[in-house]
Amino acid sequence: MSEHAERLRVKKTYKLYLGGKFPRSESGRSYPVSSPDGAELANAALASRKDARDAVAAARKAQRPWAGQTAYLRGQILYRAAEMLEGRAGQFAEELADATGADAHDALGTVEAAIDRLVHYAGWTDKYASVLGGANPVAGPYFNHTTPEALGVVAAVAPHDDPLLGLVDAFAPAIAAGNTVVVLASEAKPLPALSLGEVLATSDLPGGVVNLLSGKTAEVAPHLASHADVNGLDLTGVADTALAADLEAAAAQTLKVVRRPGRGADALDLLRQWTEYKTVWHPAGMAAGAGGAY
Amino acid sequence: MFEYAPAPESVRPQIKEHYGLFIDGEFVDAESDFKSVNPATEEVLFTVAEADEADVAKAVAAARRAYETVWGPMSGTERGKYLFRIARLLQERAREFAVAESLDNGKPIKETRDFDVPTAAQHFFYHAGWADKLAYAGHGPDPRPLGVVGQVIPWNFPLLMLAWKIAPALACGNTVVLKPAETTPLTALMFAELCQEADLPPGVVNILPGAGAAGAAVVDSAVDKVAFTGSTAVGRAIAKAVAGSEKKVTLELGGKAANIVFDDAPIDQAVEGIVNGIFFNQGHVCCAGSRLLVQESVADDVLERLKERVATLRVGDPLDKNTDIGAINSAAQLERITALTEAGRGEGADVWQPACDLPEQGFWFRPTVFTGVQQSMRIAQEEIFGPVLSVLTFRTPDEAIAKANNTPYGLSAGVWTEKGSKILWAAERLRAGVVWANTFNRFDAASPFGGLKESGYGREGGRQGLEAYLDV
Repeated sequence: MSEHAERLRVKKTYKLYLGGKFPRSESGRSYPVSSPDGAELANAALASRKDARDAVAAARKAQRPWAGQTAYLRGQILYRAAEMLEGRAGQFAEELADATGADAHDALGTVEAAIDRLVHYAGWTDKYASVLGGANPVAGPYFNHTTPEALGVVAAVAPHDDPLLGLVDAFAPAIAAGNTVVVLASEAKPLPALSLGEVLATSDLPGGVVNLLSGKTAEVAPHLASHADVNGLDLTGVADTALAADLEAAAAQTLKVVRRPGRGADALDLLRQWTEYKTVWHPAGMAAGAGGAY
Repeated sequence: MFEYAPAPESVRPQIKEHYGLFIDGEFVDAESDFKSVNPATEEVLFTVAEADEADVAKAVAAARRAYETVWGPMSGTERGKYLFRIARLLQERAREFAVAESLDNGKPIKETRDFDVPTAAQHFFYHAGWADKLAYAGHGPDPRPLGVVGQVIPWNFPLLMLAWKIAPALACGNTVVLKPAETTPLTALMFAELCQEADLPPGVVNILPGAGAAGAAVVDSAVDKVAFTGSTAVGRAIAKAVAGSEKKVTLELGGKAANIVFDDAPIDQAVEGIVNGIFFNQGHVCCAGSRLLVQESVADDVLERLKERVATLRVGDPLDKNTDIGAINSAAQLERITALTEAGRGEGADVWQPACDLPEQGFWFRPTVFTGVQQSMRIAQEEIFGPVLSVLTFRTPDEAIAKANNTPYGLSAGVWTEKGSKILWAAERLRAGVVWANTFNRFDAASPFGGLKESGYGREGGRQGLEAYLDV
């Protein structure tokens, strides 16, 4: 090889992250992604309704085993994701700078904030249940306690203008609490999210726990909002208020828990949002065994 | 079985011939009236004003004024004292409320006396104590009320559902506009009188009787939050109606609870629990144990003892202290129960009812047990909301969980086994907001109640229940 020849750079194909794999859209479609100054960055997969449904199926399949893992293990896996992201901080800073037009220093700061956010949620996995739940002093001879449990499958529209940190807020609290998620990445700036799939795939996170789609919000989100196997819907990234109202109305059909845009990203509020309380009663004392009023 | 002599309740509450709407501390008349009927006799008990959209607007305006000028600025300690006072008045007038509830609803006096009214009083007493401690409730250091809350409640536990709604709302500093159910407005109106007696500032509590249209008007009005208990169909409509608005919403909807009896269960206790689970309050209970899942190896034994026990239940006069099963709340509900029971027969399930006489007047339905039920049958899928039990069997614990969770609902579930680890195993896997283990249908102000999936969202009771009425 001549030492004068310029080496041809190997460009990455940005694909979906679905069920632990990196498929193209089943539709075969893609769309061009540019930087704010118009430079073409790459093509991203343009997810279809079928991709959304496949993602929900993958999330559903992974949910019960994921929720069944110990909180300690879920915490270690989230921490592992932070480790992996730390190791690739430079790459993500570059991708983020390309995507948002931020300068290199600010972009690196955002990546570091995303790493720290993952560490933060890693520490929550084995604490939120004792913070949110507890024993209830009922007026009778009963042991009674309440614990927050995962809602199930959460579908999220990640913020458009905050393609990395906003994405972490869209999935980390949900999976910390034992949910599995389908996240629709920032429509205009999906590349950092799709790269984050590679971080998650090398963090011992079981396939299907986080599924990342790139595509048009207006096309894909309605299918997630109406999907009967989705339990929670995060509309944080839906800027169009009319679309947000339509999605909320669609979610009402199966009584999904909906997080409206503009509620912020307080950690405990998010953990609470993606859990449901379960209360268990048991007689305490021999006399309380009998069932009822008759 | 012993014959019991009649033991009718002797106290008769002072029921007025006519009640108005309770707006801004006063009873006022409306454009139209409707009648409330005693379902045990079909006699008209009283007439009551029916709220329309304009009345709702007036009530919401009164509640807004009370929120901004009186109740919002008031210290938690003072708010709490009003609620303690209400709790005490309810306890003092418990017997009167119990009889009134039995008359208007049809449920046995035994239940209103021992359950509905005392538990309602407990809800006020419990939440009264929260009013000055909200900063310690785990919802942030300075939790704020939401403002004016619109509340729509069902007919199955009229006073208790009112207490579940009003007590936490007021404790958290909100004011309320509440619509009681069309067929059971009496104890809500008596509660309005009790608010006057307690000198509760005008506008803090507004009571608007009416039917579905009045409920829809409350949902659509300028309230900050909607709280609803009732059917999943209406809950869905409410969730759609508030979509895209700033209104918060909590929904406590239908259920089709599984009551799972394992082969190592204490069978006699389980039978009591099964009976309580489905026949309590005529089965008009959203968390009723309407699907009995019994392990095959003990199914014959359980069913034999269950039928023996059900045959001893006394169906009849709700005001008789020995009555176990009272009147069905309305002709419409009786029709629905009858239709679903017919569907059960039509789909091939085996029906069993004890031989018992039913009164000639009023709305009645015999306790009913269906065996040979398949999961696909309507009686295994749809909420019947009546004294009708569907019995299914299972072989393995995994099958029991799979069958129990095979429903769009997720409100409650029951587990019967003497083995502790099996209880915890099952409780963790059951998709339900409340799990009763070796007991059923237990409720307490300190214990959060509510469902998941299509049984709604939000909790009522306990520290967790406060979240529904705070801006968190």
